[in-house]
Amino acid sequence: MLSVEGVTKHFGDRLVLDDVAFTVGRGRLTGFVGGNGAGKTTTMRIMLGVLDADSGSVSIDGQAIGPADRRRFGYMPEERGLYPKMPVAEQVTYLARLHGVDRRAAAARTAELLERLELTQHADDPVEKLSLGNQQRVQVAAALAHRPEVLVLDEPFSGLDPMAVDTVLGVLREAAADGAPVLFSSHQLDVVERLCDDVVVIADGRIRAAGPQEELRRAAGPAAWELLVDGDVAWLREEPDVHVREFDGGYAVFEASEPVAQRVLQRAVTTGTVGSFGPRVARLSEVFREVVR
Amino acid sequence: MNSFGQAVRLVSIREIQARLRSKAFVISALILLLMVVASIVVGGIVGKSSGDSTTPVAVVDGVSLPSTGGLDVNRVDDRAAAERLVRSGDVDAAIVPESGPIGFGVVGLDSAPTDVVQALSVSPKVELLDPDAMAPGLISLVGIAFGIVFFAAAVTFGQSIAQSVVEEKATRVVEILMAAIPARALLAGKVIGNSVMALGQIVAIAIAAAVTLAVTGQDNLFTLLGPSMLWFVVFFAFGFVLIAALFAASAALVSRQEDVGSVTTPVMMLVMIPYFLIIFAADNPTVLGIMSYVPFSAPIGMPMRIFLGTAEWWEPIVSLLVVIASAALVVVIGARVYENALLRTGGRVKLTEALQR
Repeated sequence: MLSVEGVTKHFGDRLVLDDVAFTVGRGRLTGFVGGNGAGKTTTMRIMLGVLDADSGSVSIDGQAIGPADRRRFGYMPEERGLYPKMPVAEQVTYLARLHGVDRRAAAARTAELLERLELTQHADDPVEKLSLGNQQRVQVAAALAHRPEVLVLDEPFSGLDPMAVDTVLGVLREAAADGAPVLFSSHQLDVVERLCDDVVVIADGRIRAAGPQEELRRAAGPAAWELLVDGDVAWLREEPDVHVREFDGGYAVFEASEPVAQRVLQRAVTTGTVGSFGPRVARLSEVFREVVR
Repeated sequence: MNSFGQAVRLVSIREIQARLRSKAFVISALILLLMVVASIVVGGIVGKSSGDSTTPVAVVDGVSLPSTGGLDVNRVDDRAAAERLVRSGDVDAAIVPESGPIGFGVVGLDSAPTDVVQALSVSPKVELLDPDAMAPGLISLVGIAFGIVFFAAAVTFGQSIAQSVVEEKATRVVEILMAAIPARALLAGKVIGNSVMALGQIVAIAIAAAVTLAVTGQDNLFTLLGPSMLWFVVFFAFGFVLIAALFAASAALVSRQEDVGSVTTPVMMLVMIPYFLIIFAADNPTVLGIMSYVPFSAPIGMPMRIFLGTAEWWEPIVSLLVVIASAALVVVIGARVYENALLRTGGRVKLTEALQR
């Protein structure tokens, strides 16, 4: 388990991280969400040792992380960058070797990644000759070249075409399945909602919420239900103990206790045909708006 | 090998490869090498034509010459035959009988054949009190040669190290690098990689110069220059590390290639001063003495004094220690600036900020 504890950071007089603490579990995809300037990139840079914290610590399985551990991290900075004139394969191999991988293993891993990212035919081209989408793929290969045991990725999906998104996702899931802690930031909440087991929400340099996505979403508000009938559900407004949140012809979202919801369902069945009925969990975007407020 | 050493090695190899991949670099290196070789060859030819070669002359039978030194004598029967040879260009001049105190005259084609006249003239005996002193022309020539080679190599590789630092900042690849290896390893790799290339160029030039001197028969000049060339290479090795660290640290303060020029100007000045000093003051022992101990100019100043024979045996060693100590100091300070400024992209980082912890 990767833990960040009590991390505080100032830039000059400005407090950018205030007692930041969260964990990234092994084998779990953890999404790191927050607005621009919330402190995501600074936190990740501190985790990678690229930046020093004023106080606080980063540890893995209870052990403080040193430079040797960080060489086993895979990092994708938000500000992407590669050597423009260096050929693709040579560059990925070079970055793997900087992480301590020996020459042969680095070359083999590079070939494998390029194949997977469909970059094999560009292996000997300088990076600057590639399309922007392909340059992003090389960036992905660069982050994964040394078979990292911990992944910290800053906006890994931005700038990727859908095919590459799938590849990256596959690699992230694989890494998690192998027991690696995987943390990635994203401002696309729907992506995080779809992919992540755990979510960490940061705003103004403070962690506002952290934990399994399901729990966060369930805890976000009173139980809500979703009902779809072929007809009109205007009668729902007159039902006692029901608070209608959304309403549109035969579709409604309402808040009610479980027994009340069952009563509503029975009435719906007797009135017409029920297309669908079920509990509705808050969207991650709703949770986010709620906790950062 | 530990991971730091491994990282330094990988970075320096990449620097060397990147340099060799650049056509501009390879071409300019070859041009500098050719310039040195060509100047030695030309110098040799000029030296030879005024030296021990002989001038062909036609001499009419019956003329007795006081000496034939420097002349390649062709005997002919009469004046007409001699004039024919002059006209055809087979000989430079004809020596014909003439009534007068000397008993012969010289016939040339279109200008007075001074070589021949000189060879036939009687000169007083000349005695030199200090036969080992070198011609001032040669001294300034050697000074300029050391100056140009030092200046060209220092500027070429200093600029390339500055550009490579800024390239990493400008393309943001530096963040990936810093996540993998310490900033100091990155700096050390850059300095070592570029120093190896610079030293390689200097050694290549020194070898080419030595071979050219030997092939063109200027062995005596080689014997004179040998020790100072050797010291020059040694001084350059350490002097360049100092310059490289200065270039790297100052380049780390900016994030765009356009800004490299302005931020490295002070370092360029430091490299240019000894170059100009040596050109204008190569024969001034006081200036040369000071230059041979100041770290920036010692790589030129001390080899010059060795060439002139004015340095005691221990002087180059003391001066070298001064250069090494200042290189070490500059590397430590440079590394701090480099480390602190590396992730600050955008505007220009103030030097005072970069020096703080």
